[in-house]
Parts: sequence; C-alpha cells; structure tokens
Amino acid sequence: MLTKRIIPCLDVRAGKVTKGVKFKGNVDIGDPVEFARLYYEEGCDELVFYDITASNERRDIMIEVVRAVAEAVFIPFSVGGGLRTLEDMRRVLLAGAEKVSVDSGAVRNPAIISEGARAFGSQCIVLSMQAQRVAPSARIPSGWEIFIDGARTPTGLDAVEWARRGEGLGAGELCVNSIDQDGARSGYDLPLTRTISEAVAIPVIASGGGGSAQHIYDVCTQGKADAAIVASIIHRRDTTIPELKRDLAARGLPVRMNW
Amino acid sequence: MIAIVDYRAGNLTSVLRAVRHLGHPAEITDDPARIRAAERVIFPGVGAAGETMANLTRLGLDLCLRDEVFRAGKPMLGICIGVQIIFERSQENDARCMGLLPGEVRRFPAGPLKVPQIGWNAVRPVRPHPLFAGVPDGAEFYFVNSYYPVPRDTERVVAHTDYGVRFASVVAQGNLVATQFHLEKSGRVGLKMLDNFCRWDGRMPC
Repeated sequence: MLTKRIIPCLDVRAGKVTKGVKFKGNVDIGDPVEFARLYYEEGCDELVFYDITASNERRDIMIEVVRAVAEAVFIPFSVGGGLRTLEDMRRVLLAGAEKVSVDSGAVRNPAIISEGARAFGSQCIVLSMQAQRVAPSARIPSGWEIFIDGARTPTGLDAVEWARRGEGLGAGELCVNSIDQDGARSGYDLPLTRTISEAVAIPVIASGGGGSAQHIYDVCTQGKADAAIVASIIHRRDTTIPELKRDLAARGLPVRMNW
Repeated sequence: MIAIVDYRAGNLTSVLRAVRHLGHPAEITDDPARIRAAERVIFPGVGAAGETMANLTRLGLDLCLRDEVFRAGKPMLGICIGVQIIFERSQENDARCMGLLPGEVRRFPAGPLKVPQIGWNAVRPVRPHPLFAGVPDGAEFYFVNSYYPVPRDTERVVAHTDYGVRFASVVAQGNLVATQFHLEKSGRVGLKMLDNFCRWDGRMPC
C-alpha cells in the first residue's frame, strides 16, 4: 500500500533557512543542508525548498544549496520560488532536485507547465497554488480563489478550475496551500483539499495549517490528501518527524517506518 | 568501474551521486566501448518507453546491452524505465522493447487510485536475491510510475508491490536484476540495495 508522505518545507533566503516572525519580517534559523540532513535522518519522505530571496543573485546561491542538498540526502526533493522559464527549471533539476514547483509563474504563463512536462516529464512538475476562501460567484464557483505573489494578489481564477487545468497541462502533482489556514497551526483546510483531490487524478499535497499528527491524519483521510507539508511545528522542535510518524502509524495511517 | 548508461532518460546524476557516495567508481556514458569495459552496468532513468527505445537504438546501445552486457554475464541493474524496456513490449506508446525477458508492461487501471503512483510503497521479496541482503522485508521504496512490468515467467519475480494490482517491483534473471522503484532516492534502504548491486558478481547463490 502506498504510504502517506510527510514533507518538511523550508523557506530559503540568500542561502539560509528563514522563517517569518510577526512584525519583524524574517529571521534566519539555519543552514538548509543541515536541516535537510536532520530531517532525512529522522525519516521524512521528501523535502521542499522555497527560494524566497528577492535579490538578483538568488539563482546562483540557490543552485549551490540544491547541489549541496543533493550530495547529502537520498530522497526526492523539490525546489520552487521564482521559477519562470524552462532554463530556470533545467538548472534546478541538473543541480539534483527531483522536482520543480511552479506557482505565480504558472498563473502568469500556464505554458510553462506543459513545456516543463514535455521537457522533463510530468513527474518533475509540481503545480503549487495558494487558495483563499471567497464568496462563491459565477467566476469563482467553488468559493476558493487563487492568489499569487505571496498570497497578495487575487487572480480571478477558481482554485478547482485551475487545479484541473494544471493537470490537463501536464502537472504531475498539485500542492494546495490554504491561505486561510497558513501559519495558524489549527489544521489543514479539509474541504479545500478534499474538493481538489476529488477533482483531479494526480496526487495532492496539502499545505498550510499543519500543527499536529491529528491534523495530518485528518487531511490524509477526510481531506483525501496524498501527502502533507509540515513546517514550523518541526522547525521549532515542538515535535519531530519520528514522533509524528509513530502517532500516525498508531492511528492506522500508512506511513513509512523503515528509514 | 560502473557504467551508468546515458540514453537521454531523465536525471542520471542522482544515480551517479548515490553510487559515488557509497564509494564505488562510476561514470555516465553512452559509449559502447566504455560499457563493454565496465565491470557492471546500471541503466536508470525516467521517460516514456517509445522514446527510450528509439534513443537506445539510435545510440547503438540496445545491441550493446543485449549482447555485451546481458548475454556476456555482466552484472546489470535496470531502474524505473530500465525495468520496463527489458521486456518484449510496453503498452506505453505500444512500444517494442528489448525482449531480454518474456513479458510485457501494462498501465495501471484508471481509478480509484491516482496514476501515476508517486511515493513510498512496500516491497515484499518472494524469493531470495543478493540485492536484498540486509534489507528489511516490506521496507518501502520510492516509486514514480504509471506502468508496471508483467513477466511471463513468475520465477522471474523477485519482489512484489501492491498498488490496486499486485505487480512485480523487482525482477531478475541470472546477471540481470531490475527495480521499478528508484533505489537512488529511497533513503538508507535504497542505498543498501544499490551497494549490494555494486558488490554483486552477477551470480545467484546455489
């Protein structure tokens, strides 16, 4: 039986893992390679890195991070953040990432999904989306709208429509992030995750709001997610991946226990 | 030297990195002379069967793999698309494959499970093989596949995995062994299996 994946997500700025702190912007909390190695040793199933560097030299620093991570861990990892062209994708994949994740760039230029899938295979292309609850309307019938640019800019796209379109264009997986739940640690958005998972035939990764094993269990059962992103709860060491996995296994969720 | 065959199928560097991490000398090559000279051969990769076969043929590697690796008794490891092209044909692109083993490759049935299968699934050995030395029974490995191998001879099945159907996730014949999963991306158990291959003489213990 296929196990549910637990995927730590690391925001990387100028080569350092960073986290947002209210009213203070971001603070650096460590070296991405050290985080990657720790979570790999602790049995995470995959890793995600988002490059949130704003400067121009971002690419080269991030490519070095990807290369170093690929030397240190032997599980799949994906890289996202600011990827706009096939060449951006190619560099990240050649540096050792298993997958690339496209988000705002794909909303602005959906062809990047199909071009990426053709060039590297669908299994390499993760379509990441930021969805927020809005009043259902003719334009947004599902009641979830896609936002871009760090969840600041509404797009007028219905999240379920966009998920289906992304699948049709060749995305191999969807990462569905709930803006409403993000950072709240009160649980993933179950209706959003479930609605999208039922609308497509490709795997769905739930993101935003994970604060406990119970939340992961809920989104992988009721929410029909194939994988769950975890971030601050493990970065702060409120819990660890082995603890989460033991808890999930005890609840009967299939998780990988041999690592 | 271990030759990692470059037939333009996906990211070969992850296999190279893993093999070198284990301390074995290896190189990526599409040169039949280098492959002939290698002690053992890995043909990894992701891709579509039709295109993969076209590339192998164009590069002259299909005959090299068949006559100078497989029939010559050299230890040979196929990974992912590498387990599919060793059979006679694949439903993917209706491709004719290398035919080293009798059997075919089929697509997972549509619904209720997601296709492709992406993630970690249990691999259960059904007969002993040197590749599994030190690997726990039922350990999970990382899969990305829409198609799965169906050997005609069940004796060729070394391990199976369940995904809607029960399929052969490891097959072997003599010096040839092939896995549907990515052992180079399967953490410590994957590295253990890869290391076992890198030390294997290509013979089955009696």
